[in-house]
Amino acid sequence: MGKLIVHQDKVTDIAAMVALCPFKALEDNGGKLEINAGCKLCKLCVKKGQPGAVEFVEEEAGPQVDKSLWKGITVYVDHVEGEIHPVTLELLGKARELADKIGHPVQALFLGSSIEDKAKELLHYGADSVYVVDSPELMDFKIESYTAAFEAYINKVKPSAILVGATPVGRQLAPRIAARFKTGLTADCTILDIHDNTDLVQIRPAFGGNIMAEILTTNTRPQLATVRYKIMNAPERSAEARGEIVKLEVPAAKLQSKIEVLGIIKKEKVKTIESAEVLVVAGRGIKKMEDLEMIRQLADALGGDVACTRPLAEAGWMDATHQIGLSGRTVRPKLIITCGVSGAIQFVAGMNNSEQVVAINSDPEAAIFKVANYALVGDIYEIIPELIEKIKQGGALA
Amino acid sequence: MEILVCIKQVPGSNKVEVDPVTGVLKRNGADSKMNPYDLYALECGMKLKEQYGGRVSVITMGPPPATAVIREAFAMGADEGALLSDRAFGGADVLATSYTLAQGIKKMGKFDVIICGLQTTDGDTAQVGPEVSESLNIPCVCNVAKIDKVEDGAIYVDMEMAHEFEQVKVQFPCLITVKKDILQPRLPSYKLQKATDNKEISVYSLKDMDDQDKKHYGLSGSATQVQRIFPPVSDKEQETWQGSGAELADKLHGKLKQLKFIS
Repeated sequence: MGKLIVHQDKVTDIAAMVALCPFKALEDNGGKLEINAGCKLCKLCVKKGQPGAVEFVEEEAGPQVDKSLWKGITVYVDHVEGEIHPVTLELLGKARELADKIGHPVQALFLGSSIEDKAKELLHYGADSVYVVDSPELMDFKIESYTAAFEAYINKVKPSAILVGATPVGRQLAPRIAARFKTGLTADCTILDIHDNTDLVQIRPAFGGNIMAEILTTNTRPQLATVRYKIMNAPERSAEARGEIVKLEVPAAKLQSKIEVLGIIKKEKVKTIESAEVLVVAGRGIKKMEDLEMIRQLADALGGDVACTRPLAEAGWMDATHQIGLSGRTVRPKLIITCGVSGAIQFVAGMNNSEQVVAINSDPEAAIFKVANYALVGDIYEIIPELIEKIKQGGALA
Repeated sequence: MEILVCIKQVPGSNKVEVDPVTGVLKRNGADSKMNPYDLYALECGMKLKEQYGGRVSVITMGPPPATAVIREAFAMGADEGALLSDRAFGGADVLATSYTLAQGIKKMGKFDVIICGLQTTDGDTAQVGPEVSESLNIPCVCNVAKIDKVEDGAIYVDMEMAHEFEQVKVQFPCLITVKKDILQPRLPSYKLQKATDNKEISVYSLKDMDDQDKKHYGLSGSATQVQRIFPPVSDKEQETWQGSGAELADKLHGKLKQLKFIS
């Protein structure tokens, strides 16, 4: 790939160079500018530093992968005991769109036990082929067994890209596959596109901050990306089934695991913020825990649920299951009202696809306003009680 | 029992901005801390050691100042620490990071169980743990919500899934990633901190690794390339309203009515 070389004679101001690096990877070592292990090779010092001070030297490119040998966009079918997770359908919709751009087929990969009947349903959502590995060894999720079946599929079909739902299963299976094939994986993509050379354009929030990164897997195949539920749009179910079901046999001996599933405990069904149509969100503009009552009242008045940002969940003001954002839940309600939320990208990534976004914040520069349909510059403590009162006067819910 | 906990130093705050004109990354509040999720992993390691005996080691990768998180782990009771640090490791994506960690872990010794936090607060990918397990060719269980017991060379844990908990028995050696709140992390002890002030930290660079091929590390060993970074854009229709609290409440009430959320 390449490396950075410092030309000391071209460094005119060491302190300025040190200050330039966002990763603190440039150091003043007794009058010499040095690069430490914190370097992320963002090459900012090359572009913005004193001319010629730091040079990027390309290294000889290694062997190139033959991308034409890898065909198709595969969607991993996420399911619990054959019950298909809706993120799968959303990904099939996206896969169809990407595949059509480059003239590739769409495959679905379904791993499990006694799942053949369920596989047929996927033919109504744009898959050209549904590959099924049906084995008692795949009854419960065990990472080694699932990875082995997945590996057999990749070796046989050679898909160019694989989309995996960022579910509890997908989030461990995808990295295991990526490491096995020594290939790239991009987590929690919020936008996907594809280049003519079949490179998948993966866009996600990065560096833990208010920045989006566009990521490519340029020289390995397959390319892997995970996407959260409710980020992409699910396609309409077509009345007619299209495509074929292909059974793949993987020898049971290959599906052995050092993990033994002893039992399954069902979780109690709880109302989740993901399923709410209206959400009222509390942010750091809420001064004390008792004031959350006003947020609850507004949510009740609108027939919705309450949610919060990371700082509030970390402070224990609200349960973590109500937290929106990359480290919390992704929501897509019909209406979301954020109250005193600044709008860090980690948060925005978890609610950006809400249909109507109302943001209330006293800071006219708050980042949340960039994603709001209605930006109310004002004090939540003045607006919300007044609004609750008006709704109550207005009578019954719609 | 030999326990290893993977830890990482992350920025103290996630206020990172990109200058829309110059495209320059601006990192404010440059202080660093241990990734909060790793505290839960460390606590699990300490509890296992207290109950079943053995040692807790920690490993991290980063620039030299990252030893701070190893010192913090010592103050929580960790016995050994290693830092993987080399310019050749810079610019690593998940693949190269986990490969480097796996190489470093092999260098450190043999472990029965490797514990990782669920994810980091700077990358937020939750991928490094499972990729490390693949590089070491050992079983892995993510999303562990409860550690039940250790018996006959295996650990019994509950893996949290979407609608259920899978109770599993995993043979050693293995890797688990633990959820936030699995246990309440202990605070660093001042006494331990003093006692471990001069404790040696092993520092490994590329030349210490079994595989010394530069192409497998850092940017060269990364399969993904960041093409560009940019501030988020929004293409939504937007209105900004200003006025007194009462005016804004009135306007919003009218809009919610128009959108049929209230009658």
